[in-house]
Amino acid sequence: MCKKTDVIIQLTVNNHPGVMSNITGLFTRRAFNLEGILCGRLQNTKTSRMYLLLNNDDRVEQIIKQLKKLYDVLEVSICEDCDYNSFDNIHELVQGKKQTKAIDPYN
Amino acid sequence: MMKCSGAEIIISLLEEHGIDTIAGIPGGANLPMYNALAKSDKIQHVLARHEQGAGFIAQGIARTTGKAAVCFATSGPGVMNLLTAIADAKLDSVPIVAITGQIPSSLVGTDAFQEVDTCGLAIPITKHNFFVRSAKELFHIIPEAFRVAEGGRPGPVIIDIPKDVQLEEIEITNWPVEDNESLIDMGIGVNHDNIASLEDIEQITEMIHKSKKPLLYIGGGILQSNSHELLYDFAKKNSIPVASTLMGLGCFPSNDPLYLGMLGMHGAPYTNLILNETDLLIAFGVRFDDRATGKIAEFCPEASIIHVDIDPAELDKNKSTKISVAADIRMVLDELILSVEENHRQEWMQEITEIKEANPFPIGNKKDFYHPLNLIRKIGSIVDPDTIITTDVGQHQMWVAQAYPFQKPRTLLTSGGLGTMGFGLPTAIGAALANPDKKIICISGDGSILMNIQELATLADLNLNITVIILNNGWLGMVRQLQELFFQENYYATQFTTNPDFASMAQCFGIKGYDFKDQEDPNHALEKILSGSHPCVINMPIDFRENVMPTVPPGAGNHQMIGGEKRV
Repeated sequence: MCKKTDVIIQLTVNNHPGVMSNITGLFTRRAFNLEGILCGRLQNTKTSRMYLLLNNDDRVEQIIKQLKKLYDVLEVSICEDCDYNSFDNIHELVQGKKQTKAIDPYN
Repeated sequence: MMKCSGAEIIISLLEEHGIDTIAGIPGGANLPMYNALAKSDKIQHVLARHEQGAGFIAQGIARTTGKAAVCFATSGPGVMNLLTAIADAKLDSVPIVAITGQIPSSLVGTDAFQEVDTCGLAIPITKHNFFVRSAKELFHIIPEAFRVAEGGRPGPVIIDIPKDVQLEEIEITNWPVEDNESLIDMGIGVNHDNIASLEDIEQITEMIHKSKKPLLYIGGGILQSNSHELLYDFAKKNSIPVASTLMGLGCFPSNDPLYLGMLGMHGAPYTNLILNETDLLIAFGVRFDDRATGKIAEFCPEASIIHVDIDPAELDKNKSTKISVAADIRMVLDELILSVEENHRQEWMQEITEIKEANPFPIGNKKDFYHPLNLIRKIGSIVDPDTIITTDVGQHQMWVAQAYPFQKPRTLLTSGGLGTMGFGLPTAIGAALANPDKKIICISGDGSILMNIQELATLADLNLNITVIILNNGWLGMVRQLQELFFQENYYATQFTTNPDFASMAQCFGIKGYDFKDQEDPNHALEKILSGSHPCVINMPIDFRENVMPTVPPGAGNHQMIGGEKRV
């Protein structure tokens, strides 16, 4: 993950069922790429914080505009000071850590 | 204290919102709502014969009034049938609130009888959808659904309500019930800062003043913002010619010298050629749709672009602009009309006249009554300018767009974005219900009309002032045309082996039917029929070889249209 080729979008969303599929559905039907998602509930609120990792291309602006139109999306911004390492950890989790055996779900 | 069921709350809230007509079909999962609706003396229920028909009836109401209209369907197949009309409303920004019954909450997710994931299906084709978990939530969700549907750029909303929520009884101390749910201002729909800044107005004004060949490219946003009169004064003051999209037809009087007609795929040759010349494209309430722009890179190659639309996501989406403003066009025009100076633009007007004369709209034999363009003009010459025209989708739709003399906004109801065959008849029923003093004409084709023909029964129920005119060429004409032009005349699956006798079919539904196959004096007969106010169907035979011309081939620029040559 690197700051030049990637961009992280930070969302505040209403925390109720269907929000995730609303957002991922937007990426599918508008043919935007989506490289990674991090999501967690904000304490003592009815909202969640979501981080989306995207390729930084000329469509980012349109993606942000479309995200802003979603009813359950309350705030959208490009995260300038996000730690890209958060996604690196996920990357490791998904790919399997170096020098350790990949988890085999059937074993 | 009183006890109310969820269903009663729904109906009362709809009454409070001023809803007087609901189109729909009852079924297992929405019966409690129907039970409550039966007690309402403020709401008329229209029993459609297919949920898609109910959806389009709601569209007919919404498209002519600008207010959200309501339709009902039951779970499962009821919802599935409704979806096409919902998607259609999404693409043409029509405010609809569809209230669907859902199987009881306890069974959701078990593949129960007539269960589908309504909200999941709704996501890509609605502005938003709500799933109601308790009767209490209705006080928030029902008004909110209307706010979302009507606010900003309008669109459809689905409210899915499980049967147990409809039956749930709650105690209410006083009505109306305050919506106490802490509201985070969602910002959707209602664009809070939808007014252009002073700098924007100054910059737009300056660009117009500097421009030698400005041109207005207008669309559905003009009628949505109810700004057609302002637009007229603005265009007149600075002598700016106006080209319209399909959705914008009627927003500028078609007999005005500044009017250039519809642009794009089936626009007149001069319209598209003048667009090629403009140095300043003023795009108001449009979205640079591919049918309007042709190959986007070659659209208005000489022009700087000003784009105003209430939906920020449309700005710089398909084409980059010099200045773009996310605002209500009415607000912008309110300012521009003051800031822009009077100008006669004699040179530009002269050039336009020359292009118009050298590249006129190709017309067929003017004496042939049955030539589709003559027919459309003839209809336009008979009826009052208040008459509402609905169309289906295909050749007849484009002939209407090209030749009908629209004078007022919301007089053309047509499926623009989704292009749904079967749109015309049920939408006409909705339009007639909302406009009892107006005549509605549904111009259709023999392919389209059969896609929602069951609504003739609904029309017979209601005895509305609707004339259905079927331009019958025995083919899926638009597809046939594409096969002729772009698939080496390999006609396949486009000619109907069997077509019903449409006049007697209408009679079977209890509606008058006329066949113009052997009319001795078709002019007189048409005038006579259109002077009446009873529902009827006219079968109008036309030559299947007639094509919609000119046409821009797929992937070509608008100036590369074919079939625009002068004909006799």
